[in-house]
Amino acid sequence: MDITTLLISFVKIVAVVAYFYGLFWVMGIKGKKIQLGKKEFDISILVNIFGVFIGFLLIQLALTPFGSFSILTNFDRGLLFQACSMVMVALGLNLIYGFNGQFSLGQYGFYGIGAYTAADITYRWVNGDSRGLIVVGIGTILGAVVIMLIRKFLTNLRRMPVLSSFTLYLIGSVLAGVVAVFAGKLIAPAINPFLGSALQPGLLNQQVPMYFVFFLAVIFAGIFAAEVSFLFGLPVLSLGSDYFGIATLGFTIVVYTLMVNSDTILPFPEMKGGRGMIGIPKLTTWFWAFLFMMLVIITMRNIIRSSTGRSIMSVREDEIAARSMGIDVAETKLMSFVIGSLFAGIGGGVYAHYIGFLSPGAFDFLVGFNPLIIIVFGGLGSMTGTITASFGWIFFLEGTLREILGKISTEAPSWRYVLYPLTLLLLMLVRPQGLLGSVEWGYLKSKVIPLRKSKNTDEVKSA
Amino acid sequence: MKTSTPTTPQSNPLLEVEGLTKYFGGLRAVNDFNMTIYPGELVGLIGPNGAGKTTVFNQITGIYLPTKGSVKFNGVNLVGFEPHEITRAGIGRTFQNIRLFNNLSVLDNVRIAFHATSGYNLFDTIVSNNKFSQKENEIVEKSQDLLEVMKLSRFQNEIVKNLPYGEQRRVEIARAMACQPQLLLLDEPAAGMNPREILQLMDMIHFIRDNFNLTILLIEHQMRVVMGICERITVMDFGEVIARGNPKEIQGNPKVVEAYLGKGAANVA
Repeated sequence: MDITTLLISFVKIVAVVAYFYGLFWVMGIKGKKIQLGKKEFDISILVNIFGVFIGFLLIQLALTPFGSFSILTNFDRGLLFQACSMVMVALGLNLIYGFNGQFSLGQYGFYGIGAYTAADITYRWVNGDSRGLIVVGIGTILGAVVIMLIRKFLTNLRRMPVLSSFTLYLIGSVLAGVVAVFAGKLIAPAINPFLGSALQPGLLNQQVPMYFVFFLAVIFAGIFAAEVSFLFGLPVLSLGSDYFGIATLGFTIVVYTLMVNSDTILPFPEMKGGRGMIGIPKLTTWFWAFLFMMLVIITMRNIIRSSTGRSIMSVREDEIAARSMGIDVAETKLMSFVIGSLFAGIGGGVYAHYIGFLSPGAFDFLVGFNPLIIIVFGGLGSMTGTITASFGWIFFLEGTLREILGKISTEAPSWRYVLYPLTLLLLMLVRPQGLLGSVEWGYLKSKVIPLRKSKNTDEVKSA
Repeated sequence: MKTSTPTTPQSNPLLEVEGLTKYFGGLRAVNDFNMTIYPGELVGLIGPNGAGKTTVFNQITGIYLPTKGSVKFNGVNLVGFEPHEITRAGIGRTFQNIRLFNNLSVLDNVRIAFHATSGYNLFDTIVSNNKFSQKENEIVEKSQDLLEVMKLSRFQNEIVKNLPYGEQRRVEIARAMACQPQLLLLDEPAAGMNPREILQLMDMIHFIRDNFNLTILLIEHQMRVVMGICERITVMDFGEVIARGNPKEIQGNPKVVEAYLGKGAANVA
């Protein structure tokens, strides 16, 4: 066995962890002041943004080849993007399971929905068909509007059975979908001429509009996954936690089955069913992966560190007490489930455009345990743990182990699936709360509020 | 501490419970329970174990749906409302077996109760704007006020499950008060406390009643507490009300002595 390979890959894992430590440290800097003339300016936000930019540049530089040499190889580049999308999926699951306490196995279903939706939009676009973008775009936005309207309408009706409100939402969403399809039929012919074909790219198929479409595709894919999760979660979240887990497992299987038969029972011949979808434009660059990952991390962090986040955690701690403190438990569960799925959908979009090939096998429910293992490994209820574990996991399992075992024989990489459960088992024995427990770094750390000096007003006389 | 004068019943009762009945399958836990509470009162609900006191609480706060009867709060019938809506309407409560958010800090426990009145929405949260930080600071300020009243300031950043029992009880009261209730239901607030802590607690209950404009209904086993602070007492046994009156009357009531004091007179201080 080659010791240098082993060393290098371990150095890479350590470097990635150190990278995130630094990144969150820079983002968490507060109270940096600068004296300009007589005024004092708070430049901490500028420092934070600059730090994130440097963080982006560092990896970008490592990816840039100098002649034939680059610090991160093409292989590492793949791992990097895979890890970025895994961070989004796992953070979403951590919101659902780690913070809100709802055991879900459906995360990979939403990941798959996001991946296929985003891939379909851009695939059609490069092949001169704008219908994907139009239908999904109008459908998701209209769907969101319809759902909001129905929500507003339902707040006036007391004690509506879940199934009735679900039916209303379903009808509303389906109508929105139908409208979107017709709109697509009407609008698409007007735009299609500008797209040209795959061989002769038109005006809107140049690099800049293409990336814009990619951005929209990923966002719409996320929203679409969120809307599906809303419809699915509404009736199912009223089940207890364990039953909810089983139901979500069922959801993953449904999604998988639909993917396998996407060209037969669904009208998407370009997805090619079980043979896998090929020819997805590889648009994910480090910029996009980093952008979406940071968006997800910042959004999640802001939610967790707010009143909403505290209400989400209170539901995990004690549902009855949460209800008695004026927290709408059903809504809180649904919200965290929808936001978690939104993250998964975005992650799926990024993944699809990095790998360029989607096969249903990548979203099988067995693989779907990966994010679950990652969040347990990193620590339930720890964002830092999830992020580092996602990167560590991908780099260790897909990077180090594959490389090292690959040197032994071509079949040896299969031993990974023996080694990683053992690692997990060992971790659970040594540190059951996960690698980082609920420790957070820098930016992700919750603000510790200092003790206040007693106001010394109406103190209770002690007996 | 202000001296508490029994409030004169005003024309509008704060809470009006009428004919409240609860069956669990064939078991009748509460039968035809009536109670009227006026603003500013401190009322006790006592009875032997299994008398149905907590069931009454759970029906008032919407955790159980009553089989029969009505619960009117400020003239509005609360039956059929969700617990969180009832809390938002102005009824705060604590639990018999402490139900705190164990893995969160004391401050977070109290802050959670301000969620319904936080005053900012999800969008403000995600973009983390000025409104968000301003309201968050207000919540912290209000929570710290409450912690100070409950003498918990120094435990502010402790994880709540690490606190001693008596302090946990007080965190629960602080958390219930953070819901900004008009009516506070305390379910055995003195359970598991030592005599010194009980005296402190009694002072504290008086104090919050007088200073936070609260009406308090409490369940208690410790006669010392009930007789010491309650102005009116309702006694339950086997799901039925067997006596009502002020502490003096209750202590002399033969039915109560038979049902309650007679069995464990030695424990009664």
